[in-house]
Amino acid sequence: MQTTTAEEVAARIPDGASLMIGGFMGVGSPERVIDELVRQGRRDLTVIANDSAVPGVGIGKLVSARALSRLIASHIGLNPETQQQMIAGTMQVDLVPQGTLIERIRSAGCGLGGVLTPTGVGTVVEEGKRRIEVDGKPYLLETALHADFALVQAFMADYLGNLVYALTARNFNPVIALAGRTVVAEVEQIVPIGMIPPDHVVTPAVLVDLLVARG
Amino acid sequence: MDAQTLIARRIALELQDGMLVNLGIGIPTLVAGYVPRDITVFFQSENGLIGTGPIPEGAMAQPRLTDAGGRPVTAIPGACTFDSAMSFGLIRGGHVDMTVLGGLQVDGSGLLANWMIPGKMVPGMGGAMDLVTGARRVVVAMQHTAKGKPKIVERCSLPLTSARPVDLVVTELAVLALRDGRLQLVETAPGVSVEQVLAATEARLDIAPDVRPMALP
Repeated sequence: MQTTTAEEVAARIPDGASLMIGGFMGVGSPERVIDELVRQGRRDLTVIANDSAVPGVGIGKLVSARALSRLIASHIGLNPETQQQMIAGTMQVDLVPQGTLIERIRSAGCGLGGVLTPTGVGTVVEEGKRRIEVDGKPYLLETALHADFALVQAFMADYLGNLVYALTARNFNPVIALAGRTVVAEVEQIVPIGMIPPDHVVTPAVLVDLLVARG
Repeated sequence: MDAQTLIARRIALELQDGMLVNLGIGIPTLVAGYVPRDITVFFQSENGLIGTGPIPEGAMAQPRLTDAGGRPVTAIPGACTFDSAMSFGLIRGGHVDMTVLGGLQVDGSGLLANWMIPGKMVPGMGGAMDLVTGARRVVVAMQHTAKGKPKIVERCSLPLTSARPVDLVVTELAVLALRDGRLQLVETAPGVSVEQVLAATEARLDIAPDVRPMALP
């Protein structure tokens, strides 16, 4: 696979695109691609991610740059700017339970229409959704969530694009790698093909479209 | 002993050897400091870690090893890391033995509201809805009142976290357990009378026939 730069990746992402972005409170987010999206002044993005981190970190940089018109996330409590833009009505925020969010993404990546989860039954999360009983137990139908791009951060890749993650920087990354129509992997290091033992590969190279080398 | 320490120490007595436990932010986090010495408990962090260890000393912090609040943690020997689908498979699938969460309100039937105050505070539910729905045992750690107003109410006015009631509520005044679909007063804190607990509680509480002094290590 030919490697590319964060600048080229950001240039391929148009205004109005939907992006899944890996990371949990900024840990495991593709910072260089995010920096380029901010620098190139991208607008009207829909971001699907666990959270919006804090101002100045990860997705928080896109929020500060007012690059988002919509955020689908489970938690925004540590980024006051997200809350301000939500209250001002300049950004739509859809709050989704974390376990439901990751399963909706996984469904999209695995060719499923959605999942049945007990989470949210009998709460405001149920509003507008179908309740389906299985063996007498109620579940909500939570539908698959797709995106134009998945922006993945990984610890190591080989030159085919096989990916390995580090510790808790893994989080949403391997799952969004299944679900984006174009998958970008920003990695800390690239090693020759064959250096990563097959058992250690978490994301198979076939899923990765663009590999961003260390800048 | 301050209220938070009292609550954390009492909840630590609920821990059993070999348990997988998830701790929320706030008072629940303190529980990890009071694990009885003769048992081993594995703490899960929902960002993808089983075996969370103590906070690292400054230079020992590893930027890729954090808790669910993004703060550096350590991992004990035998720890493992995994992605978010696995993490919530563990939570929703009933593999987490106990979760300890903070609360804004709990009603008389044990239903919890802990993720938003409409118009005021909308942090999002994060993993709370999955934890309350899926963990085998749900324990709430919270102050008994907020600015003098009872947090244990007849009916939650705030949006619920789950339709599944919690199993135990521990405050600085009392321990309440779910019995036959109602919260029952089972223990009172040192120096606190049953009447004082009832006066600080809006919900009608059942009272155990043998209310005990709060167990503390």
